[in-house]
Amino acid sequence: MGMLSARRLRALLRKEWLQVRRDPMTLRLIIALPVMQLLIFGYAINSNPHDLPTGVLMAEPSRYERTIVAALRNTGYYRTRLVGSEAEAEADIAEGRLLFVVDFPPGFDRAVDRGEAPSVLVDTDGTDPTAVGYATAALSGLGDVLARDLPPARRGMALPVPFRFVVHTRYNPEQLTVLNVVPGLICVVLMMSTLMLTTLAITRERERGTMENLLAMPVRPVEVMLAKIAPYIGIGYLQVLVILLIAVLLLHLPVHGSILLLFGVLGVFIASNLALGITYSTLAANQMQAQQMAQFTMLPFMLLSGFVFPFQGMPRWARVIGEGMPTTHAMRIVRGVLLKGNGLAEILPDLWPIVLFTLCTVAVAVRFYRETLD
Amino acid sequence: MNGPKPEDYVIDVHDLRKDFGTLRVVDGLSLRVARGEICGFLGANGSGKTTTIRMLCGLLVPDAGRGTCLGLDIIRDAPRIRRQVGYMTQRFSLYEDLTVRENLELVAGIYELSDPRGAVDAMLDRMELRGRASQLAGQLSGGWKQRLALTACVLHRPALLLLDEPTAGVDARARRAFWDLIHDMAGGGLTVLVSTHYMDEAERCARVVYLAGGRIVVQGSAGELLARVGLVTFEGTGDGVEDAVRRLREAPGVEAATVFGRALHVAGMDRARLEEAIHAQGGGLAWQEVPPRLEDVFIHLLGQEDG
Repeated sequence: MGMLSARRLRALLRKEWLQVRRDPMTLRLIIALPVMQLLIFGYAINSNPHDLPTGVLMAEPSRYERTIVAALRNTGYYRTRLVGSEAEAEADIAEGRLLFVVDFPPGFDRAVDRGEAPSVLVDTDGTDPTAVGYATAALSGLGDVLARDLPPARRGMALPVPFRFVVHTRYNPEQLTVLNVVPGLICVVLMMSTLMLTTLAITRERERGTMENLLAMPVRPVEVMLAKIAPYIGIGYLQVLVILLIAVLLLHLPVHGSILLLFGVLGVFIASNLALGITYSTLAANQMQAQQMAQFTMLPFMLLSGFVFPFQGMPRWARVIGEGMPTTHAMRIVRGVLLKGNGLAEILPDLWPIVLFTLCTVAVAVRFYRETLD
Repeated sequence: MNGPKPEDYVIDVHDLRKDFGTLRVVDGLSLRVARGEICGFLGANGSGKTTTIRMLCGLLVPDAGRGTCLGLDIIRDAPRIRRQVGYMTQRFSLYEDLTVRENLELVAGIYELSDPRGAVDAMLDRMELRGRASQLAGQLSGGWKQRLALTACVLHRPALLLLDEPTAGVDARARRAFWDLIHDMAGGGLTVLVSTHYMDEAERCARVVYLAGGRIVVQGSAGELLARVGLVTFEGTGDGVEDAVRRLREAPGVEAATVFGRALHVAGMDRARLEEAIHAQGGGLAWQEVPPRLEDVFIHLLGQEDG
């Protein structure tokens, strides 16, 4: 026995290479993973998000108001649109369609001209402080945007300032990042554990040879899948409970909405992950492949969902992809219920996509679950 | 006419065919097995035994052919066939991380037995597994694992047992005990189709079906096969068996020369040429004619396949 035999090593290298080549699925995923990461990190993610959806409330659009709105747009941070009423603005910010509402008081132009320095109220959705932080900071640079519009008598006067922005941070007034991260974490932890566990469920049976015996007995595919899913729903809920307890007791996470509603909705979210896991399990040839499929999914699900990087900061294509993923919607729901006190009506727009996703995945799983060994 | 009527056949399939890619694994196989019969499935590895068994219990869908199993169509009624068939896979396919009892209770539940605990208890006693009921299946020895697997597939009192090399890798005593159980159950009206590589097991079957290339080559009772093939066998004993077998294998007229311990079996179809070969190459051994063994017959058949 020599120390290192080139011939032995070559034989082993050849064997490893052959095995890698025999598993083209794994090879494809290994190539696709860095490509996806580069695309996401290179193009999709932006921690200094621009073009944030902003609603503007104007009683009667006036000259100064239009100038200020144009200036907001020019910062690059605000994508403005007119909102009809305060109630509409309220609903939009609660459901996450708007991150800012800019509210001009009635008679704004006259108040400016009289030197009353009226306030422009900027309501922000503070659930994700990093999403709105830069945009809010940019407001301070807009103090002199009216300089050219003002009557000649007032131009060049430092005082009084023509108007003031009053920023009102909703939901998370202290702008604590932890309040944003914890609800997101609930979803991410649930996704990771439930997806991982179930992807292995059916491939394991197939690899150990127990599937053949199971198939030879009178069981229905739905029975096998339901049985595999059920225990993990319980495990998922246990995780939610632990995270919530720590978050509320130690991190002082406020709970503004209904915990019961939250648990109900999380059940749907857990089901969506389990369905996806089972689907991977039926598609993958072995446990290794199933695991890689799960990893391949978890990365975009986490990064494009608005968990660490603001959703509104992503380009349109990334947001479209994000909208298709249950994690994105679950995260909005959990943040909405915990921080905004949202009820069923407010979360419905994010609930049905999760349900739809689950149904589609289950359909694929049932379609590909083989009742025979063919 | 005293022969079995069509409804007496538990397995009645015609022209079954199955391809895996470009490989034809089962090629026009027709088989009838009567109620209560123990039918042995023999043939080299890859001859189509496992594939045929899997088609019979609905695990594989035949590409062509038709037939019934327990009077039910093997393609349309696969789910109903599964309820009445006990299938023992070649590889141990129960849960190694469950105990013997837990595995059996799972099976009892899947078959919706009315008294699962009672059924499991009764079967544990009958199969003498009681002492190991709380042992993890993964920790059982090969013989006990196979006994557990058999127990699992008879728990629901099937009308037909499909056993795919049930005794592979099991010691002789455990194999004998296993076959005693099979005969015991067949006595109660159970039909058994069992694939095996062991000749002593083939001899315990009422009928042997020999497969090659996905087709049935010969079938009949062990005695019939011996008579039909018409093999002549001589046994030589004495010193120099190893040298003699090398010489005789090459000799014309010798189809098979096999050493059994200190004895040498030489078999061939043509008595005159066989005697000539022994005369020329079998010096130093004491020769006598013996009844051919089933094993000689199959070695002869396998040799024909290769030819």
